[in-house]
Amino acid sequence: MHRFANPARFLRIARVLTPLLTLIGLGLAAAGLWIGLFASPPDYQQGDSVRIMYVHVPAAWLASGGYLGMAIASAVALVWRHPLAAIAARAIAPVGALFTAICLVSGSLWGKPTWGTYWVWDARLTSMLVLLFLYLGYLALASAEDERHGGDPAQGKGAAILALVGVVNLPIIKFSVEWWNTLHQGPSITLTKSTIDPAMLLPLMLSLAGFTLVFGGVVLMRMRAALARTRTAARGRRLAEAYA
Amino acid sequence: MTHAEFIYPSYALTIAGLLGAVAWSFVAMRRAEAAVAKERRR
Repeated sequence: MHRFANPARFLRIARVLTPLLTLIGLGLAAAGLWIGLFASPPDYQQGDSVRIMYVHVPAAWLASGGYLGMAIASAVALVWRHPLAAIAARAIAPVGALFTAICLVSGSLWGKPTWGTYWVWDARLTSMLVLLFLYLGYLALASAEDERHGGDPAQGKGAAILALVGVVNLPIIKFSVEWWNTLHQGPSITLTKSTIDPAMLLPLMLSLAGFTLVFGGVVLMRMRAALARTRTAARGRRLAEAYA
Repeated sequence: MTHAEFIYPSYALTIAGLLGAVAWSFVAMRRAEAAVAKERRR
């Protein structure tokens, strides 16, 4: 792991992976959304509103998965003080927040025709809203800390601690539909079985894979941008010291 | 298609979010890496 955490080696790998992940991801997502919107059958109970699942489920998966990634990167940054891990956590946060917002809005748009309301204070919906607030809190704290420490993300600890504390919300999101009597349905796909028809599973899996690859590509782009900004700032500081 | 007034906005929002994130991050990356290259040439 430390081998890949070397910034120069990371940049070499990222330059290859960034276009690959982004372009393959966009292709898969486009195929999944096209099939989901025009070629997959309507559900026998939900009708056509089931098509919202092909955008809602990948967004929900990336909202939670992104937060887990951000928390792991924050733990690595706290324990080993590796600047690349802090940069990775900061790169994940806005993208994760975006997917959480997409998940909440698409869920609301699905809820109106299905449940008769855009929003209920259901355990799953509320815990997803808390996840969005955790992302926004992390972004605000990370931005304030970076400003305080001259743009060095490895210096601040508060945002990393907030990311780790917020991990407690992830099992609440996952198991909320089992622990409490919620309006939101239980899981349709587990590690061992799926209750979804293959004609609906195909577009779901395509968009899930596509969104995940695009997420990875965007995070790599944001990490490369942050590394480049760090290099420019460090060079500027060195020049200022030399001429002082 | 039934419920099109709910389905199309959710797709439009998601596609705009996905493409917006790619475009925003790509422009930021190219700008930052161009600044490093410019510094190096100086």
